[in-house]
Amino acid sequence: MTDMIEVADLRVHFGPVEAVKGVSFNVAEGASFGIVGESGSGKSTVLRALSGLNPDWTGSMRIAGQALTPKRSRDFFRRVQMVFQDPYGSLHPRQTVDRALSEPLVVHGIGDIEGRILRGLAEVALPATARFRYPHQLSGGQRQRVAIARALMAEPEVLLLDEPTSALDVSVQAEVLNLLSDIQQQRGLTYVMVSHNLAVVSHLCAQIGVMQGGEMVEMLSADDLRAGRAKHPHTIELRTLSTELEET
Amino acid sequence: MDVVIRNLHIAFPTAQGESVAVRDVSMRIGTEKLGIVGESGSGKSLTARSILRLLPHNARVTADELSFDGIDVQRASEKQMRAIRGRRAGLIMQDPKYSLNPVMTAGAQIAEAWRMHRPKGQSRSKREAMQAAEDLLTQVQIRDPKRVAAAYPHQLSGGMGQRVMIAMMLAPDPEVLIADEPTSALDATVQAEILRLLEDLVSRRGMALILISHDLPLVSHFCDRVAVMYAGRVVEELRAGELARASHPYTKGLLDCLPTLSHQQVRLPVLVRDPSWLE
Repeated sequence: MTDMIEVADLRVHFGPVEAVKGVSFNVAEGASFGIVGESGSGKSTVLRALSGLNPDWTGSMRIAGQALTPKRSRDFFRRVQMVFQDPYGSLHPRQTVDRALSEPLVVHGIGDIEGRILRGLAEVALPATARFRYPHQLSGGQRQRVAIARALMAEPEVLLLDEPTSALDVSVQAEVLNLLSDIQQQRGLTYVMVSHNLAVVSHLCAQIGVMQGGEMVEMLSADDLRAGRAKHPHTIELRTLSTELEET
Repeated sequence: MDVVIRNLHIAFPTAQGESVAVRDVSMRIGTEKLGIVGESGSGKSLTARSILRLLPHNARVTADELSFDGIDVQRASEKQMRAIRGRRAGLIMQDPKYSLNPVMTAGAQIAEAWRMHRPKGQSRSKREAMQAAEDLLTQVQIRDPKRVAAAYPHQLSGGMGQRVMIAMMLAPDPEVLIADEPTSALDATVQAEILRLLEDLVSRRGMALILISHDLPLVSHFCDRVAVMYAGRVVEELRAGELARASHPYTKGLLDCLPTLSHQQVRLPVLVRDPSWLE
């Protein structure tokens, strides 16, 4: 299998502060890579640099073999889509679901808008009646489904997920995580997911990178993490915190 | 000190008639650590806030009994309520970013709380108040209380901000602490620290703690007793150690749908909501 995403020695500066200090990882096509770390560890910055939201970086990033430049082509934005943490903030409050879903199609000149929207809603298990609703008329879980549907509209190959379930109730979190793994299987998507929740990341991702202070201090498989074969003290600390609570 | 809630109902008027947010909730809280768990909209925050009468103006509250240490909260005057709020019962909110005053230093905010609630006849000079603020910051395990006291909220991290909040709530030496999702905005490592700190302070000072959260395992780790709320009702009450023996399908469902590190699942079980839970 070829690598869909290759990141080598990625560095991101914010003024004098180096937020990401030489991070490298590869993600195979159709695989999921998870990045965990605390706030300020640089995990979201890696994702934002990858998605083109942060043009000030050095190092090399490739998607499907193509080197990424600070300015991205329109084709890039079709192939790579992002889902954010807070579906309140990422959906336009004055636009209906219909408008949110049709925009990527218009931007990328994709036809059959009607059919695609209906199929898109069905794919994320939203009722067709949700189509002409506004975000405030939907629950948090439904809003996140809309955000996922919107990301899928342009038929991307890579989905970047920034804490996609942190703002949701645990019962809804389970539904969204199941939805994400279903979609991945059906479409063969490549995921990069960022989260502070170790259990969530290792549920969805087979490979995990742990970040601390802008560096990726350890990379390991989810199986190794479950079995307690972590080496770096920060990984062990995060794992202990996560399992401590499960044992009660 | 006892907080007694008997048959609490909270409803809001809407265009389609009344929407009931809390129904038939009864609980008695002594000097203990009680957790209230439920998803958004389950009524957990409303229930806790009704004790302080801090509900939206349009809320219609009825209860057979709603009392704080014998004081009837429903009929108490504003003056009586002010003597409870802050002074006898503190409220810690979710995000220090929004609940601290952005244009006052941390020290000044804590000092203000300390002076405001000082019993009559006792000295409340500014200098003493600042000293008390620094002492309180030390109690919430801040290593450099002088520096933090002089800092503005935006200069503090989330965990630090939450410690400042806790210090401010401790200043009047209350009997009850209500913590409404005190760690949801914080990192996992900081979350554990803050909860351990709360637990330690509460046991040392002999306070009661009402901890509101959506995280069932977390709450049961830090509380003596857990009340699980669903759609405005308490569906189950458990001793914290007996989570595994939960009998209500909702509680079980909540526990099952959490992804865990200890055992791998290909698909997460999804909570199937039974309409009979609402009856």
